[in-house]
Amino acid sequence: MKKNKRNERLLLQGSEACARGALQAGCRFYAGYPITPATEIMEAMAWELPRVGGVFIQMEDEIASLGAVIGASLAGVKSMTATSGPGFSLMQEHISFASMAEVPCVIVDVMRGGPSTGLPTLAAQGDVMQARWGAHGDHPVIVLAPSSVYEFFDLTIKAFNLSERYRIPVILVADEMIAHMRESVILPRAEESELEERPRPTVPPEWYAPYKDPGTGVPPMPAFGEGYRYHVTGLAHDIRGYPTIRRDEVGELMARLFNKISKDLHLLQWFDSCYAEDAVVTVIAYGSVARPALRAVKRGREKGLKVGLVKLKVLWPFMRRTVMGFLATSTKVLVPEMNMGQLSREVKRVNQGQCEVLTLNKVDGSMITPGEILAKLEDIYP
Amino acid sequence: MTETTHLIHSYLRSSKRFPHVWCPGCGIGILMGALIRAIDHNRYSKDEIVLISGIGCSGRLPTYLDFNTLHTTHGRALTFATGIKLAKPSLKVIVVMGDGDAAAIGGNHLIHAARRNVDITAIIVNNQIYGMTGGQSSPTTPLGMTTSSSRYGNLEPAFDISRVVEAAGAAFVARSTVYHTRLLEQLIGKALHKRGFSVVEVICHCVTHVGKATHMNSAVEMMNWQRDNAVSVRKAGTLSAKQLEGKIVTGVLVDREAPTFHEEYEKLVARVGVDDSAV
Repeated sequence: MKKNKRNERLLLQGSEACARGALQAGCRFYAGYPITPATEIMEAMAWELPRVGGVFIQMEDEIASLGAVIGASLAGVKSMTATSGPGFSLMQEHISFASMAEVPCVIVDVMRGGPSTGLPTLAAQGDVMQARWGAHGDHPVIVLAPSSVYEFFDLTIKAFNLSERYRIPVILVADEMIAHMRESVILPRAEESELEERPRPTVPPEWYAPYKDPGTGVPPMPAFGEGYRYHVTGLAHDIRGYPTIRRDEVGELMARLFNKISKDLHLLQWFDSCYAEDAVVTVIAYGSVARPALRAVKRGREKGLKVGLVKLKVLWPFMRRTVMGFLATSTKVLVPEMNMGQLSREVKRVNQGQCEVLTLNKVDGSMITPGEILAKLEDIYP
Repeated sequence: MTETTHLIHSYLRSSKRFPHVWCPGCGIGILMGALIRAIDHNRYSKDEIVLISGIGCSGRLPTYLDFNTLHTTHGRALTFATGIKLAKPSLKVIVVMGDGDAAAIGGNHLIHAARRNVDITAIIVNNQIYGMTGGQSSPTTPLGMTTSSSRYGNLEPAFDISRVVEAAGAAFVARSTVYHTRLLEQLIGKALHKRGFSVVEVICHCVTHVGKATHMNSAVEMMNWQRDNAVSVRKAGTLSAKQLEGKIVTGVLVDREAPTFHEEYEKLVARVGVDDSAV
């Protein structure tokens, strides 16, 4: 792919936009395993990385892929992998490790119909809860959801920035539709993208404590080989990285792992809205479903219905503040999803009786159409 | 200062709260000593060494040593090692695994690391048992042996780890016991020098579990068994298959030249050419 010099208009597939975003974010290591419908991201990285001084490797499975990604990140290189449902299940072990050892990395899950091998070529949103709770143990995680080719590019860069800023695995949940769709986009040039790097130690190696809170909750992280010889483990560890079962040390570690994200929740309220300010019925959607939802809301307005759309770009941590605001101003909220109701549970959880939360679910491999959402809106409109 | 004291002060982490987790009489400490001496003898700097482990008794080894150390997930140490080596080829990457780690849960990663010929040294501590979890049978547990998960005798034939990695393409394969400490040190040194995927299989005793199962009640007795049953590669060449039954063949089993993954990748980059106009 040619360098984007003049902000020219490009016709790109979602997967290509994701790969471009990763490269623009400074990703120079990719390890992956083929799986529909995420393979195009791997193919783009296999083509591009050798040309920009990066490393591409196809591993023996998805567990190995994320293992190699974490290893490369420990060596100081921004790294990512991409997969779909079955491979995402295999990666959970290492998502858990990266959370505990605080190793920045980006994982793309292009969701397809499930459970099991399910519907490899069709879109779904069945991994929303797996992205949050799939990995064992209580752990913090950030999950972003693009709903267009441009957003796939943009959120991939932001995913790298967040993973570097917080030293946390960041998961992008796209779906088959977003990954395979082609759209005309104008991408920002490299110098227009703001990039973040993981915090680095400023003290000499003998003073360095790899897991000591510097006040921000995110300890500085040197690369292996830079003279800071330290220990990394998936076991509960003290501030020097050594295994511990002392409850004061374990408690402090776990609190810090969560607090480093929760203290910044106000910075993670990313959403777009349309006609939501005065909406009586608000649609809350994400990913590819946000597209028919937008069309449905516009057609509803043409018919005189006060309906609006809130499109969530961050799924986890759940944007409670944002959603509660719209719950307070709406009479009813509709959450259409290509699953049996995963994020709608969160909306209901934070609702606390402010309004009525309704769902529209589809799991037959077909998209939810604007007509279906509009019909539901007309049906429930007070 | 004696040489041992010097090595202890140089390589053991003073900030780590000892004691270590290993049982009295365990052989893993002997391996750790041999590894330290091999690294020291070959004058690798502590900053360039990355020591990686999986899960199990051997998984704790890197914790105690003053290198860049990484304690990973069960069986997956080689995948992390692959990422580190390819991202930063100047690092010397050493992986320590147990037999359950390398041959059971990590068997797939082991054969593919050998097939790719990634420039990594893998040290596989084969004590024929899952020690940390309480003595369950592993892929290298001898047929018929009683373990806590084979109370009526192990039904499964054992893996020969060295032959598996040889078939998979490893550039260097060697075997020693912990009784043969000097040989072990020499073999680790050779493996570290070898360009490509090098494996040292270390036959190690587990007094706590295998000792119980085989009615050998001390580390001394078990190490004497290692001494009495080890056969050098040279001598093994003169023995029949029947005579070699139950013996441990020690020494360099495979030493061959093969292009490493990283060398091939460098050639690919040179062929494709770094494109300044690309992203």
